[in-house]
Amino acid sequence: MKERVVADLSKLPLHGLGSASLTFWGTSAFMLIEGMGFALAIVVYFYLMSLAPHWPIEAPAPDLLPGTILTLLLLVSIVPNMLVARWAKQRDLRKVRVGLIVMTLLGASPLIPRAFEFRALHIGWDDDAYGSIIWTMLGLHATHIITDLIDTIVLACLMFSKHGDNARRYGDVEDNALYWNFVVLAWLPLYGCIYWVPRL
Amino acid sequence: MTGSGRPPSPADLAAGSEEAEAFLRRTWSTPSGFLAALSTVDHKIIGRRYVATAFVFLILGGVLALVMRIQLAFPETRFISADRYNQIFTVHGSNMMFLFAVPVMEAMAVYLVPLMVGTRNIAFPRLNAFSYWIYLAGGLLLWISLALDTAPDVGWFSYVPLAGPQYGVGKRADLWAQMITFTEVSALAVAVEIVVTVFKLRAPGMSLDRIPVFVWSMLVTAFLVILAMPAIMFASSSLILDRLVGTQFYNPAEGGDVLLWQHLFWFFGHPEVYIIFLPAVGIVSAIISTFTQRPVFGYMPLVLAMIATGILSFGLWVHHMFVAGLPRLGSSFFTASSMAIAIPAGTQIFCWLATLWDGRPVFKTPLLFVIGFLITFVIGGLTGVMVASVPLDSQVHDTYFVVAHFHYVLIGGSVFPLIGAIYYWFPKMTGRMMSERSGRWAFGLIFTGFHLTFFPMHILGLQGMPRRVYTYPPELPWAGLNLFVSLSAFILAGGFLVFFIDALRSFRHGPRAGPNPWNASTLEWAVPSPPPPYNFRHIPVVESREPLWMSDETLAVATGLRLDRRELIVSSVTAGEPEAREASPADSIWPFLAAIATGIMLIGSIFSPWAVVWGAAPVAITLTGWFWPKQTREDES
Ligand code: HEM
Ligand SMILES: [Cu+2]
Repeated sequence: MKERVVADLSKLPLHGLGSASLTFWGTSAFMLIEGMGFALAIVVYFYLMSLAPHWPIEAPAPDLLPGTILTLLLLVSIVPNMLVARWAKQRDLRKVRVGLIVMTLLGASPLIPRAFEFRALHIGWDDDAYGSIIWTMLGLHATHIITDLIDTIVLACLMFSKHGDNARRYGDVEDNALYWNFVVLAWLPLYGCIYWVPRL
Repeated sequence: MTGSGRPPSPADLAAGSEEAEAFLRRTWSTPSGFLAALSTVDHKIIGRRYVATAFVFLILGGVLALVMRIQLAFPETRFISADRYNQIFTVHGSNMMFLFAVPVMEAMAVYLVPLMVGTRNIAFPRLNAFSYWIYLAGGLLLWISLALDTAPDVGWFSYVPLAGPQYGVGKRADLWAQMITFTEVSALAVAVEIVVTVFKLRAPGMSLDRIPVFVWSMLVTAFLVILAMPAIMFASSSLILDRLVGTQFYNPAEGGDVLLWQHLFWFFGHPEVYIIFLPAVGIVSAIISTFTQRPVFGYMPLVLAMIATGILSFGLWVHHMFVAGLPRLGSSFFTASSMAIAIPAGTQIFCWLATLWDGRPVFKTPLLFVIGFLITFVIGGLTGVMVASVPLDSQVHDTYFVVAHFHYVLIGGSVFPLIGAIYYWFPKMTGRMMSERSGRWAFGLIFTGFHLTFFPMHILGLQGMPRRVYTYPPELPWAGLNLFVSLSAFILAGGFLVFFIDALRSFRHGPRAGPNPWNASTLEWAVPSPPPPYNFRHIPVVESREPLWMSDETLAVATGLRLDRRELIVSSVTAGEPEAREASPADSIWPFLAAIATGIMLIGSIFSPWAVVWGAAPVAITLTGWFWPKQTREDES
């Protein structure tokens, strides 16, 4: 087919940021998928609750302490997380590096109270359906913390390598921050279900 | 010609330099060799592979169908045992739904969507490669289990408690559940790629109201996948947990619930029908438009009808559960919404008929299959309205009436359009035409064979023949029709055989196609057949909904993309305004390795929960390898 040149694209930037970046959209789509997963867990939780004569079926409500500590840690982590995203936008390599180390620590620290959360449930996953769904909720969310933590570590290594100072990598840092916010926000309804609904 | 030793520049390409084009080709091409074939990220190679694999699964599933029909041809046959029969209908159904129908549509999208929106590769090409390998692994898992006589045997919807720890002995139901995980991971990955490709990689000027109907259909389908598939993953993962580590999701004795399975399954399973059917809407629109040489009538109503279908499909799952005893009011609500879906379906059919009426249709093979689709799908829709009413459903539930109905919908609604699509796009994918004469034979045999096979099943169902029985006593009045059905199934199979032979032969020996053999209007026909590795020499600039039917026979294009790295254009979501240039990843072996690592982890988890723990490390390593940048041109900026 004959071609008729009507535009010249050579002046466009070499990498899109924000909503012009493909990974931003990919991350968003995956958050939608995983958001569906969390939503389903919550729906199943209420569905099972609607069938049960008592809720929790045969256990005391979980202890509040570890879960609440974890929630606070997650909420606190949002602040440095947003800062890292901002520094990435400003392409400030030094601050981004520091920020990623901080975020690695803040990503790892919730795992400590999480380890106690499972015990604070006072029920095994195989005792009854109530135990199964709350273990699943915790497990599902723990997986998200762990994968994002690994992600952050790999990214931190990248930013300390020669590949770091690069528009794409800064975009990755922003997307990683976006994803962490998702991990934190997804926790809040789960926290309500696991710890507060049984106390209603 | 550059002649001076410097590498060719975009300006050389615009000036028509062949050297520049060769340079661009080298940048985008997949080297030859086995390892390179495992590493390729070219959406065309992966798409073709995907389509071919899905058709192999169609053939295998068809062979199982014939085995079932041989067994059922006469009463009290001993051709296969009851246990074998259970495995076979389960594998037939699961294979057709999870390994053929959904993947084949996604595969068509993987091949066609980037070409139709005017870009050089799909978004996330490595994820695309990964999705193919993981799909293949899931398919092999199911078929190897059948070969080893340990295939799942509790039906394609794997209802608990039959599939649960008490009744489902051995590893059969676990294999089914893990096969689901494999195919859903791949389907979700493709859905994400399609969404982002359509949102962000459209050619400059392709605003939302200029997107081809086929691309719209795949976009809506991708959203259905994203919203529906997590439900089945949740369901099947809980099933595995119940079976493997003793959770109690589906155990009523410990507060679980068997209906929970049905809700989760049909929350996916009903949209699933539309995941299979909506791409067909896109296919049919494309074919009708081309073979009437008219833009399809009612672009906006068609697009809106697809979106409405997508939304409504989520309100309908409960109609599969009428006999499970739900509250009264709930049932009437779901009956109403089941009927409501007839409105968008009617709109679509009206638009197609109007286009056919208004144009001068040329009845080539692709259009024949579309006509076959229209007839068959309408019948399937009518019996669908019948089973959507609670009293009738209670009557024919789990009889051959239902088997007849869903084959009308599935084969009429998607296999007919799909075969039409293969005839239609075969020249683009292979560079060669299929035979018109064989095409007519294939259509005649498939169409008559289909109706002769499946229409009598309605009657068998009304006569009370239950589905999923491996044989029946001679006293019952079913023998005559069953023999007739079985013989007809071989006519149907003969039609498929003609089609496959034609496809294989034409692949090597068909006449050369040229870029646009049907004089179609969408962008995939602007490039040579088969397309070069870079798809478009220059990125097209879209100025209308039918870019190839502009009067002056030229394609508006944009220059300026680099030749020395894989560069794409990222554009805005609504208007299709170019925003940035973006490097597209190089070939890589890591997606293949990641698929192997994931496969080992998933299969291992059938046997021990620790497989997830130990298996996670190789997955993490391969994923890191996949994402770790190499010092290549994609990286610098
Ligand atoms: C090619 C010709 C085909 C024939 C002759 C055929 C035949 C059959 C028969 C006889 C059954 C009922 C088994 C039983 O209930 O005892 C069946 C079940 C089924 N078929 Fe087909 N089929 C064909 C193609 C397809 C296709 C293309 C699809 C999907 C796209 C499909 C999807 C299914 C499903 C989902 C079931 C239900 C399996 C179950 O009950 O678990 N079939 N088929
Ligand atoms: Cu349905």
